[in-house]
Amino acid sequence: MSARPQPDAAILVEGLVREFPGGVRAVDGIDLVVGWGEIYGFLGPNGAGKSTTVSILTTLLPPTGGRALVGGYDVLKEGPAVRRLIGASLQRCALDPYLTAWEHIVLQGTLHGLSRRESLERGGELLHRLGLGEAAERKVRTYSGGMQRRLDLALALLHRPRLLFLDEPTTGLDVQSRTALWEEIRALANGGVTVFLTTQYLEEADALADRVGIIDRGRLVAEGSPAELKAQIGRPALEAIPAKRALRSRLLELLRNFGEPVELGDGEGVTIRLERGTAELAEVVRAVDGAGIEVADLRIHAPTLDDVFLAKTGRRLEGSKEEG
Amino acid sequence: MSGRWRETWQVAWAVGRRNVGSYLRRPELLLPSLVFPLIFFASFAGGLSALGHLPTFRFGAGYTTFEYGFIFCQTALSSGLFTAFSLASDLETGFARRLFLASANRQGIPLGYLLGALARAVLSIAATTAVALAAGMRVSGSPIQLAGLVALGLLLVALGFGWAAGIALRFRTVQAGPAMQTPVFLAVFLAPAYVPLHLLRGWIHAVATINPVTYYLAASRGLLIGHPQQLLAAFLLAAAGAAALWGWTAFNLRAAEAAG
Amino acid sequence: MSATVVLAVARRAFVKTVRQPFQLFPLIFFPAILLAINASGLAAATHLPGFPTRSYLSFAIALAYVQGALFALVNAGTNLAEDLESGFFTRLALTPLSRRALLAGLLAGSGAVGVLQSAIYLLIGALAGAQLKGGLPGALLLLAFGGVASAGFAAGGVAAALLLRSGEAVQGLFPFFFVLLLLSSANLPRNLLHGWFQTVATYNPLSYLIEGFRAIYLTGFPAGPLLGGAAVVAGSWLLFGTAAVVALRRSPRAL
Repeated sequence: MSARPQPDAAILVEGLVREFPGGVRAVDGIDLVVGWGEIYGFLGPNGAGKSTTVSILTTLLPPTGGRALVGGYDVLKEGPAVRRLIGASLQRCALDPYLTAWEHIVLQGTLHGLSRRESLERGGELLHRLGLGEAAERKVRTYSGGMQRRLDLALALLHRPRLLFLDEPTTGLDVQSRTALWEEIRALANGGVTVFLTTQYLEEADALADRVGIIDRGRLVAEGSPAELKAQIGRPALEAIPAKRALRSRLLELLRNFGEPVELGDGEGVTIRLERGTAELAEVVRAVDGAGIEVADLRIHAPTLDDVFLAKTGRRLEGSKEEG
Repeated sequence: MSGRWRETWQVAWAVGRRNVGSYLRRPELLLPSLVFPLIFFASFAGGLSALGHLPTFRFGAGYTTFEYGFIFCQTALSSGLFTAFSLASDLETGFARRLFLASANRQGIPLGYLLGALARAVLSIAATTAVALAAGMRVSGSPIQLAGLVALGLLLVALGFGWAAGIALRFRTVQAGPAMQTPVFLAVFLAPAYVPLHLLRGWIHAVATINPVTYYLAASRGLLIGHPQQLLAAFLLAAAGAAALWGWTAFNLRAAEAAG
Repeated sequence: MSATVVLAVARRAFVKTVRQPFQLFPLIFFPAILLAINASGLAAATHLPGFPTRSYLSFAIALAYVQGALFALVNAGTNLAEDLESGFFTRLALTPLSRRALLAGLLAGSGAVGVLQSAIYLLIGALAGAQLKGGLPGALLLLAFGGVASAGFAAGGVAAALLLRSGEAVQGLFPFFFVLLLLSSANLPRNLLHGWFQTVATYNPLSYLIEGFRAIYLTGFPAGPLLGGAAVVAGSWLLFGTAAVVALRRSPRAL
């Protein structure tokens, strides 16, 4: 295999398609580019095609159309070269419950061409960094879910890949484990590793990603930095809950002077996009006060990626929750 | 090319070592592989020993030696077969995905499991041989003939594994166990398992005459007692079979890759 | 404990088995294949002095019935373990179903499968030329014996499932019984076995169960072998049935 010039993009995807028997197109013509050193968040609801895309890019599944280059290598024709370059931590941890962490390290290292000494040195460093040093001699079946995830990540990093695929890495983890993993991902990116991260959690994409691609039903519906995407929606939303339910219709009528208010789905209050942003907030408050409408709660929401998804698809992301 | 082969062996060595380690540390895998050949040997050589007294039996070394030849071949084939069960289990649980992901050259993966199967066979056959010798098995083959017996055994391991691994890669579940096991079981028993070929009657005689296992049994029994029989046929059939089934495995490896 | 409830549980147990091709294989096809192989492969044994018949098929077919009963143990245990693992058992526990009715239903279902198996072996034997000296009464006795034996062994599977809680672990019991089957008078009559093997076969309860089924084919209704086989079946009911009752009593209601 000859060396080739550094490609401009870490990942280049053109018209990628994956069709399954029965005509199901889990990936339906995706184009994307991921630059070296960035964290690219791939956000979408369950069944959107995220894991299928990752499976294709990591050479586990061939595409049925289009092409994908990872590190400059074609995933279909140059699979071995791709696999030498990447590390991956997929949805299922895929660990052998009867092996210890050390044994996984040696196995993975050998598969990647590392000597036993290199595997153990590098593995020891990773296990310690990820808080698994003391558990390394134990069989994996004694590990918690969070520990298994961390071991999976250590194995993905063992051979110092330049490109890391993380498929829903924090699903099922408690808050503490999730936060720790986020820090680890940031540290990797700061160290020059390109990260392709799939997630169904808005806050994860928001917190980590330099750029986000939003996928729905196999297609990329939006792409950009989180700030850019939210700026497309632009305007913050005001949520007002009257002190008494009977006041809601009056509140609704009043807010029509500022835009197009909508009743909240829970039947308690009203929400409205502020056309002129937070500058309009004071006017709204004065108007509500002047009309003698007592308000129990008044909140302002900056646009979220969920709002972006809603704007693009007409639906909310599953599992998203309102920010407080 | 040398780089590619180096990678293949690197992967095979890692996978094989893990397979052997799992086999040795899991009693539910280790014990049956040691005990069942012994049980079969005891029940056939012990329970059917009266057959050796039939005037038409004509195997001078005794029924124990005669049956050992069968157990040797059966154990070799089964070692390959049951290692493929481990492959099926790893495919089903997702562990094989890790191997697929990390291996530059995936041909090394089934090769690694085959190495594990060979190790398993060595242990099983060694245990059974020790018991058979203690039970009075008479071995009069020369060292070269016994080395030939070992070589035949290794080919049979590859045969058993090649068939079952292809099934495992095609269906990727242990539920395919009967599909892996039944043809091997039928092949082994539709042969002179209990009595020599000339004592079989009816349809089973006709089937046994064209069954390759008949040649393996004749060769193994002949090599044991120093009167080689059907050697060329046995080795040619075993080698050709192993090569064909390796192709079958490679074909289904591509199917497994395509299915993701 | 109403008969309707027991029948409902039995029906589900029966249907769960017969609808799974991978379970039908060891229940029906494997014994039939082994019978075909042994009937031809061991036909030379009929020339041994003292062999009770010239038809090895008629001699060996008894093994199929006993294999069926052993598989009933594994199948009943595996199916119940699956229900425990999947939570379906909890669904049953949320109904007024009593433990006695549950056990009765499971065993009745396994017994029904045993009767079905026995009918299939009877048909296979008849088509292949096995001589049934017991005639029609013998055939009916084979069906009843097969059903009752299967139900008795199935109780062992139920006990194992409740104790082990894992289908895989229950299946791991099968080799033990398979070994017992090999170390019996399955392939040759006890008078033609030698040495330690004859001793082991003589103490092995499965030898008497096999000889009970075999006697119906070879002789008709000889009291000795029939009583021996019946004693083994009764013993299985006592041993496994007690184990199942105790295991059920010790299990929490919402399992």
